[in-house]
Amino acid sequence: MSRKRPESEYQKTISFRLKQWLSGTKDPFIGTLEMKARELSEGEKVRIEKEERLRTREYQEEKKTRVSRWVYNSRRNRDVRVFRGIYRACAALFCVFLLLMLLTAVSWLPTEGLEDRPVNNEVSARYIESGLQETGAVNIVTGMILDYRAFDTLGESHVLFAATMTVLILLRLDRDEDKKRQQADDRLYEPKNDLILQTVARILVPPILIFGIYIILCGHLGPGGGFSGGAVIGAGLILYVNAFGFAKTERFFTAKTYKVTSFSALACYSLSKCYSFYTGANEIESVIPLGTPGAILSSGLIFVLNICVGIVVAGTMYTFYAMFRKGGY
Amino acid sequence: MEFVQNFPFITIILALFSGPLCSVLKSRAAKRVNTAVICLVLAMSVAVLVFTLRTGEAYIYRMGHFSAPWGNEIRVGVLEAFMAVFFSVIMLLCMLGGRRELTAEVEETKQNLYYVMVGLLLSSLLALIYTNDLFTAYVFVEINTISACGLIMIRQNGRSIEAATRYMIMSLLGSGLFLMGICYLYDLTGHLLMSNIKEQVALLAASGEYHIPLLISITLMSVGLAIKSALFPFHAWVPDAYGYSTLSSAAILSSLVSKGYIFLVVKIFYRVIGFDVIRESKVINVLFVFGVLGMIFGSVNAIRENNIRRMIAWSSVAQIGYIYMGFGLGTTAGITASLFHILSHAATKSMLFVSASGLTDVSHGETDFFGLTGSGYRNRIAGVAFTAGSLSMVGIPLFSGFISKVLFASAAYDTSGKLIPAMIALAVSTLLNAIYFMKTVIRIYTPSHRAGIKTDTRVIAMREQPQKAVVLMLFIALNLILGLGSQPIVNMLTQGLEMFG
Repeated sequence: MSRKRPESEYQKTISFRLKQWLSGTKDPFIGTLEMKARELSEGEKVRIEKEERLRTREYQEEKKTRVSRWVYNSRRNRDVRVFRGIYRACAALFCVFLLLMLLTAVSWLPTEGLEDRPVNNEVSARYIESGLQETGAVNIVTGMILDYRAFDTLGESHVLFAATMTVLILLRLDRDEDKKRQQADDRLYEPKNDLILQTVARILVPPILIFGIYIILCGHLGPGGGFSGGAVIGAGLILYVNAFGFAKTERFFTAKTYKVTSFSALACYSLSKCYSFYTGANEIESVIPLGTPGAILSSGLIFVLNICVGIVVAGTMYTFYAMFRKGGY
Repeated sequence: MEFVQNFPFITIILALFSGPLCSVLKSRAAKRVNTAVICLVLAMSVAVLVFTLRTGEAYIYRMGHFSAPWGNEIRVGVLEAFMAVFFSVIMLLCMLGGRRELTAEVEETKQNLYYVMVGLLLSSLLALIYTNDLFTAYVFVEINTISACGLIMIRQNGRSIEAATRYMIMSLLGSGLFLMGICYLYDLTGHLLMSNIKEQVALLAASGEYHIPLLISITLMSVGLAIKSALFPFHAWVPDAYGYSTLSSAAILSSLVSKGYIFLVVKIFYRVIGFDVIRESKVINVLFVFGVLGMIFGSVNAIRENNIRRMIAWSSVAQIGYIYMGFGLGTTAGITASLFHILSHAATKSMLFVSASGLTDVSHGETDFFGLTGSGYRNRIAGVAFTAGSLSMVGIPLFSGFISKVLFASAAYDTSGKLIPAMIALAVSTLLNAIYFMKTVIRIYTPSHRAGIKTDTRVIAMREQPQKAVVLMLFIALNLILGLGSQPIVNMLTQGLEMFG
């Protein structure tokens, strides 16, 4: 080579480009050819989408009819017919047998209302006689479930929690496209600005919520408690969402709210019960005062536990509704 | 009171609390919390076991400020502590072994819910082990049922949802019957505390009063729990539930969930009704017949099955039959044999599930019998573990299954009238076990080119799935420990059973 060329100039030569093209390190068409697909117009997009949906739906319909025609159709499939007959007969027999057995057992049980029934023993006597002094709750039932047998109720509130989590597993939609589709579907069913419903809800929902709160707060003073009060609040929330739609409720109650409230309620429950079980088993005096029976701030932990249970139950009710309606909120 | 004595209660609350905690965490954090909780429960249970072995007697732990018939209590002895240790070991291994499948088969956003379910399940198992109150047992049976449903259907394809529906219907039927049994028993005795019920039932049995409702109550409770633990005629939900759920769920369901209910059956026999009353009630004869039938029919169905996971599930039906046959013998030796078989089956069945998934991994995910040809060469450790599990299930010496069969046989020898049917059932069932397990072992060690089947020869070295390999080695070790060091364990079970009633 007689004279030196700078690198940038050398790269412009045809021989260099040819070499690059041959060795496959450079595609000469990139950046020079129009490779973009044509933009579809709005109408075309809709048409293609519709066709695709139709194709899958048709396919599914066809599959369904085939299956029902050949496999589950009792007229064509003799085995299915015989099996169904036997199955139904067995089910009926089993139910009758179970019914007879249970009725027999009931007829042999101790007579209802007699004084010397086995259940009228020292256990229920102590609940009735000293329940008020020992738990500080005027409502003996609340005293029983939240103080004497608090371990059972701790399990029971976790049953509700487990049920909600199972429904979340089954119904919650986490993919964005699923959510959008469901949202679009839900619009069709949502009553849009139904005047009668909205007026009634505007009048009814506040008293329902306040009544629910009252039932929870006074659970240790009279009939009521966390489970029933929480159910009332949940019903109020469901009425509200039916009248005004999810957009309104999501201003104060979202999935995150549910998560945080139910977690803190259950954590509070577990921690306070940890304390009372530990002190109880190790014979340590509990520092929580029982207060004067009949006052709103009385009966020690029962008051707090009722609130916890109420929060869990209300959240569970509302979450069930939201999940079954559109798989999330 | 020593501080160790608080541990059973702390383990229950800890596992229970890990449920809500995991529900607010992201999947990765939930995974760590879950593993930590299981390890903590394991460590505490070991401490409790050491404590009870040292003191040599059971103790009662009061849950709250009110003593037993008014408040709740739990009762801890050697048997309970040992079961808690064993269950948490198996739970840990199942979770570690199925972790890769879990991340692959479950949506990322729902994985934390899986750990919620596992936490609740663990706490319910612990509560079933320790509780001394029949109604507390029912409450935790509910948690157990619901979380088991969640474990099945979290892998959201059609088959697993169908399996979960079936499981739910059968399991709720079982819960319902169990609850009605408790109600009748409460009406007859006026108590929910196990020890008090036993006193009252002994009085009723002596006087002959309320014979019919007592009998029906015992029947309802036994049948309810038999449905939930998949005894033979109530087993229809088993193959789908174990065959199509994600790996850890299948392993946990077969080796822990059903065993929790079986442990509750032992508790009801010994501590609630009293073993003498049970023996007179003839309910155990029914359990014996069902158990024997289950041993045969479960194995026959396993032979006819072509899908490896479903085959293992059918084998579970047969093994549950063994356990109920042990109850049906009506002797303490029979119960001890059943308890040992609970351990042996739990250790072996979860190993089989994990190793079977290792084999399907190297066969394009085929669970079909022919697809697995030669897979033992492609994934060595899974092949070895599957072979070890098969040998154990068939009852070859060195492995745990042999010991439980010897215990069953020697327990049957002391009974009158049940010796011959029990021996015949054991012999036939062992033969059938050998047919389907050895068939599979031969299949996985048949070189695929010689069988004329074209499969790619992708080999998985232990390095690629270190977690699973370690888990499988631990499972094999556990099996060998149960098989070779059986005498101390049997002694512990006998000692525990003595202080159980």
